[in-house]
Amino acid sequence: MNIIDFGNAFFSDSAHWHGYDGIPQRFLEHLQYSLLALAIAAAIGLPVGLLTGHTGRGGNALAFIANAARALPSFGLLVLAVLLIGFGLLPVMIPLVVLAVPPILVTTYEAVRSLDPAPVDAARGMGMHESRILFQVEVPVALPLILSGLRSAAIQIVSTATIAAYVSLGGLGRYIIDGLYQRDYEKVVGGATLVAFLALLTLALFWAVARVAVSPGVRRR
Amino acid sequence: MSRFFDIPSDLQHSWAGLIGLHMREALLPVAAGLLLALPIAQLCGRFRWLYPPVLGMTTVLYAVPSLAFFVVLIDYTGQTELTVMIPLALYSLVVLVPAIVDGVRSVPDETLAAATAMGFGPVRRYLQVQLPIAAPAIIAGLRVATASSISLVSVGALIGNQGALGNLLAAAQKYDRPELAVNAVLTMAVLAILCDALLVGLRVLLTPWMPRAGSRPKPAPRREGITPEGAVR
Amino acid sequence: MAAVALAAAALLAGCSSSGDTSDNPLDGEKAEAGTVVVGSNNFAESTLLADIYGEALRAKGLKVDYKHNIGSRETTYGLMKNGSITVLPEYNGSLLAYLDPKAGQESAEAVNEAAKAKLDTSLTLLESSPAEDKDSVSVNAATAKKYGLTAESTLADLKDAAPDIVIGGSPEFQTRQQGLKGLETVYGLKFKSFKALDAGGPLTQAALTDNEVQAADIFTTDPTIVKEKFVVLKDPENLFGFANVTPLVSKEGLPQEGVEALNAVSAKLDTETLLDLDAQVQLDKKDPLDVAKAWLKSAGLA
Repeated sequence: MNIIDFGNAFFSDSAHWHGYDGIPQRFLEHLQYSLLALAIAAAIGLPVGLLTGHTGRGGNALAFIANAARALPSFGLLVLAVLLIGFGLLPVMIPLVVLAVPPILVTTYEAVRSLDPAPVDAARGMGMHESRILFQVEVPVALPLILSGLRSAAIQIVSTATIAAYVSLGGLGRYIIDGLYQRDYEKVVGGATLVAFLALLTLALFWAVARVAVSPGVRRR
Repeated sequence: MSRFFDIPSDLQHSWAGLIGLHMREALLPVAAGLLLALPIAQLCGRFRWLYPPVLGMTTVLYAVPSLAFFVVLIDYTGQTELTVMIPLALYSLVVLVPAIVDGVRSVPDETLAAATAMGFGPVRRYLQVQLPIAAPAIIAGLRVATASSISLVSVGALIGNQGALGNLLAAAQKYDRPELAVNAVLTMAVLAILCDALLVGLRVLLTPWMPRAGSRPKPAPRREGITPEGAVR
Repeated sequence: MAAVALAAAALLAGCSSSGDTSDNPLDGEKAEAGTVVVGSNNFAESTLLADIYGEALRAKGLKVDYKHNIGSRETTYGLMKNGSITVLPEYNGSLLAYLDPKAGQESAEAVNEAAKAKLDTSLTLLESSPAEDKDSVSVNAATAKKYGLTAESTLADLKDAAPDIVIGGSPEFQTRQQGLKGLETVYGLKFKSFKALDAGGPLTQAALTDNEVQAADIFTTDPTIVKEKFVVLKDPENLFGFANVTPLVSKEGLPQEGVEALNAVSAKLDTETLLDLDAQVQLDKKDPLDVAKAWLKSAGLA
């Protein structure tokens, strides 16, 4: 049997399509972990990135924090969090959020920071309030880059959320870990296919969001 | 925390031994990835139609979780370091190919024309003009690949003591000794930061014409596909 | 380019000099001639038993390598078959249930004979020790109270409660005969859901204590049973069969003096001893290798 046969066998087995260990349930769990982690990371990364980018202060501190966070191994954080906190969603959210904050933070900062100063100065000259400058001039123009940071974070979360299964949580990683211990390649290949599919779906979603949300004038850049 | 460096005997290495093992398992794949990425990137630069499909393929590869790779490879390469290193080399490739292609493409046409005018052949022009100018982009790619690799090695613990410092994580769980997990996380973080600093130093050495202060590379040119960082897949 | 090549070379040199080069990945697959490779699965007792076997063999002058924490039987059995491992601590009835899920288990001797007949021709079982460590379905104190379960209760008594109970165990427990499959076919137990944890390790112990799961696959030698007042349910249909600690060995790979050394270990190892050694590792957090050496010495085996 080759890899495609394993995949076919996995997806054509009706037992894999219902119940607490069924594909819909595991897919939803994976989606839940990913969305929650992305939301938390965005809630931290976006405001801080926008503010530092707008004021231009704290760039070096930001780069330092982002680099340090990147150096932390996600799998290690997960095991450590479970040992110290116990079961639940929190120990899984810690490594995922630590993973996702740096790309969001750094790209948002860079996006706002590297804007053409002319339109910003013009807005300021027109007497616009700083918050209006940020949200009506800087954010719309920087949006493509900001979205790319979010996209990068989302993809990493989706693929990394598989390790939640190592500490007994659900999600698509369940199939990969169970397949390892049960010596069941169908599950491993099926799980990996589903994770890759979800990652590509995320890419497509961000592409669509960028089409809708980015103003046509900016998109041509 | 009194037994912070008291490594369980079943890991069969001292703390320093685990560090050596970890560096080898993490860095050899990056080096292999670089050696493979250079010719692939060169082909993509020469035949432009090749780049989008290569980028698409690497994007899909990158989306496959590492553990799945490990498990499928066990049948071919056994419960060995090689099983861990092959996927890591692939992930490095995925990061490095676009970095090199973009870096080489960023060389201004005037510079290339000048080199040609000086009588440089294509090989010499590539080695002596394009690659040095692309060095910052390549090293930026190496930084991402190295950080990711150091983090990912630890997942090898799941296929039987193949995760170097990651084995400490499995042991921390097995023997319920959280201090071993703290040790693993901190050691890996320090290794990642040291390697990153070395690469930054290397870039400063290789590109004496670049300003040193605030020497973070400019945001890379935007491209479709993933901009991977230190993910554990 | 020169610079990049230099960087790559520096990286290569840096790693090859810093690493321990004794275990080249390419020849890690086949056991080196004359060296006995002792493997273990991914739980503390397996590591401890492998250390006991390995040190007993070393005491007889054999060259021993360890391959620890490999995973589940599903993986280690394959590595025994292809000769990557020479010796593995096994549990006779559990191994038989893996080789032949339908096999009956009347006596330890019959189990060993049946298992030997089903083993790959390159492998055999040595003499079993009296030490027994079974899988069991245990419930936590709260669950026992809620459903009126006592030390006298059997798995059959769980039937009405099962649809409300989440059961935990190693991922492989989900698909094993000595696991969810057997619990359903033999006792008619259909649980609410299954939560994959570890092989009777800290995750399982913590999940049962915290009531994340109400029942779990707990090893009968687990020191937390007493500590946390878990109730081990009786198994009158003998689903979990016999589980005497027994060395699984490769016929070619282990010389006669090794066979004798391991049989001498089995003769001295009883359940009480195993309980004590497990407690030293899991509760007192002693290193399994030290525990193994100390016991071999006290038993006059090293």
